[in-house]
Amino acid sequence: MWFFTDEEKDLQRLCRDFATKEIAPFAHKHDEEESFNLSAFKKMGELGVLGITADPQYGGAGMGAVAATIAMEEFGKACAGSTLSYLAHAILCVNNIQNNGSVAQKEKYLPKLISGEHIGCMGMSEPEYGSDAVGIQTKAQKNADGSYVINGTKMWITNAQYADIAYVYTRTGSERKNLSTFIVEKGTPGFSVGKPIHKMGMRSSPTGELVFENAKVPASQLVGGEGDSIYHMMKNLDIERITIAGISLGIAQACVDQCIKYAGERKQFGKHLGSFQMIQKMVAEMATETEMMRSFLYTTAKKYDMGERGPSMAAQVKLALPKMATKIALDAIQLHGGYGYSREFPLERMMRDNKLNEIGAGTNEIMIMIIAKNLLTNTRD
Amino acid sequence: MNEIQLELKNQLEKFRLQKIEPHMEHDDESETFRMDIFSELGSLGFTGMTLPEEFGGMGLSYEDFSIALCEIAKSSVSYAVTISVSCMVQAIINEFGNSTQKNKYLPALTSGSEIGAFCLSESGAGSDAAALVTSAKKCQHNGQAGYMLNGSKIWITSGGIAKTYIVMARTGEAGGKGVSAFIVRDGTPGFSFGKKERKMGWRISPTRELLFHNCFVPEGNLLANEGDGFKIAMAALDKGRFTIGAIAVGCAERALDESVRYALSRHQFKQAIFDFQGLQFMMADMATEIECSRLLVLQAAGDYDRGTPNAKLACMAKLKATDTAMKVTTDAVQILGGVGYTREYPVERFMRDAKVLQIVEGTNQIQRVVIARNLKKEYSTH
Repeated sequence: MWFFTDEEKDLQRLCRDFATKEIAPFAHKHDEEESFNLSAFKKMGELGVLGITADPQYGGAGMGAVAATIAMEEFGKACAGSTLSYLAHAILCVNNIQNNGSVAQKEKYLPKLISGEHIGCMGMSEPEYGSDAVGIQTKAQKNADGSYVINGTKMWITNAQYADIAYVYTRTGSERKNLSTFIVEKGTPGFSVGKPIHKMGMRSSPTGELVFENAKVPASQLVGGEGDSIYHMMKNLDIERITIAGISLGIAQACVDQCIKYAGERKQFGKHLGSFQMIQKMVAEMATETEMMRSFLYTTAKKYDMGERGPSMAAQVKLALPKMATKIALDAIQLHGGYGYSREFPLERMMRDNKLNEIGAGTNEIMIMIIAKNLLTNTRD
Repeated sequence: MNEIQLELKNQLEKFRLQKIEPHMEHDDESETFRMDIFSELGSLGFTGMTLPEEFGGMGLSYEDFSIALCEIAKSSVSYAVTISVSCMVQAIINEFGNSTQKNKYLPALTSGSEIGAFCLSESGAGSDAAALVTSAKKCQHNGQAGYMLNGSKIWITSGGIAKTYIVMARTGEAGGKGVSAFIVRDGTPGFSFGKKERKMGWRISPTRELLFHNCFVPEGNLLANEGDGFKIAMAALDKGRFTIGAIAVGCAERALDESVRYALSRHQFKQAIFDFQGLQFMMADMATEIECSRLLVLQAAGDYDRGTPNAKLACMAKLKATDTAMKVTTDAVQILGGVGYTREYPVERFMRDAKVLQIVEGTNQIQRVVIARNLKKEYSTH
């Protein structure tokens, strides 16, 4: 994008090289085996992107949403699953601690999370509370000594099985908004990881349950004050939605690149596929849509970095991009025919991976509710 | 539906729920095909539905067949496809084979003790099937007249599990007119299997490469005459189109069924998610598109049964039904949200299975080409 700073351009180049070398060659294997590319994750620490938005004093890169989105796009082109795990760590865990944690909490947790020594996750969703996130029921009860006892189960947690640190939302009161946030360390008695969840796509990104059975955490683990979760959630949602859309942009761009390559190689009826108007239409449209996605996404990320906030801003990006990328990936499979359907080509994986982006971090339907609520203020019955 | 069709549907529904459904999650994951399920379908008569009774078939119509495939696909697109392709092979032998060939190969296929495979595509000849290069050279071999096959085929549904393969090979000039059709049995010297494809979906139905290296096929295995191969293949694909459409309808129906059930039982924001208009509209569209597709498929199959086959309509049925299956299964994953994305619920499997329906038996791009060609023809003659 024309407004990328020199620093952002450097980052783009670094991430692209890293993805080509460390992520892309292993994407197929990890998808097939449903395993996590731990080695690439650790090397992201050396690359300096695990704390992309965190303060340099804790080892972070001190950059913003544009930079985080660049990393998502470049990694996303290579392997969306690895990128989702990166997002859960860098945006859902690290960025939240950076924004909401106390100095003591930051000093304690950020350096190891940013170096890659520790892996982070965030626990919001529960089996019965997905879209209706504010309804969560995992309870944190305060003891006389100020410590808390947590009980409940978190579902769909990216990185659950690998996480050393979990950033967890709990209920501390009877009113709907009485939610409080805790940092829970692996090994805390009563805190365990439930069964792994097998998914259609994003198979290289581990998903699991976090189980709390009388898990006792000291008062020092409370983030901010009691009842602050609602602000924490709202504050982080924008950058979560922008960055997850970045993964979809990476997928769309990778599909376009692969289609252009194939249309110039494959011949049928004595002509290159690219000489058929039907194929031209598919390629021209998917390339145009990808450019629209890129402009919309990075412009929104830039606005975010410049301090602009609005309830619809990130929701619109999150609604538009994953949906368009699913269509592009499906068309890319179609253009490749039998080869597109085979697991030897990356297209079917990208399609399976991208479908998650229409569901995770707020479904399309929730984005529609948010956008409409914000627009139709005169028709609230 | 008439009485026979209702009976057929009920019997298959019972069978699929008891015998097929329980294995699906595991078998999709491990890419396992169960011959015992196929043979059991055969013992009930479902693997030779359209063939005349004298060869062990049920003598049913293509409309009946479409209803049956639709029902099986509600549990497994893979088994429906295996049956559909095996029946296509039977129809080819029944229509173009001589009586020796019919008596020799058909009974095992109709009874379900064997599976048939149709072998047209090659790595360089997919949509442009007439460009195939697998050769069949006329020769004498150990005093026997026949053909020497050399080349390879890819994307062969039931490759490896089938016993009888209808192989299209070039015996003459370039283009469709130089192609002939042969019956090749598993185990014929010089005929071997290449790599098994690892696919996005249809994971229960094996897809495999076939290799022919100086594979001698006796003269008696030539179907019809030299040069008839492409005509035979195209006639088979004409019928294949609405059967794929029927499978797509079953696949979409299951996805809708899962969506409605889930939307009624899942509560968020203190109400069933079914009560949100956004989801109601999705499901209303899904149901409408499915009914459109079903009617088109049954119309195309019925036209065939009535002796007035309509190639344009068959293409439209395949195009509409498979595009609908893709859209409906994708929406079903969306409605089920996080659980829809897991492999514990069947909708993501149906979504993966749906995609290839837009690719096989003529990609949907090719269907559009044929529809347009027919439109042009209609307007040129008037």
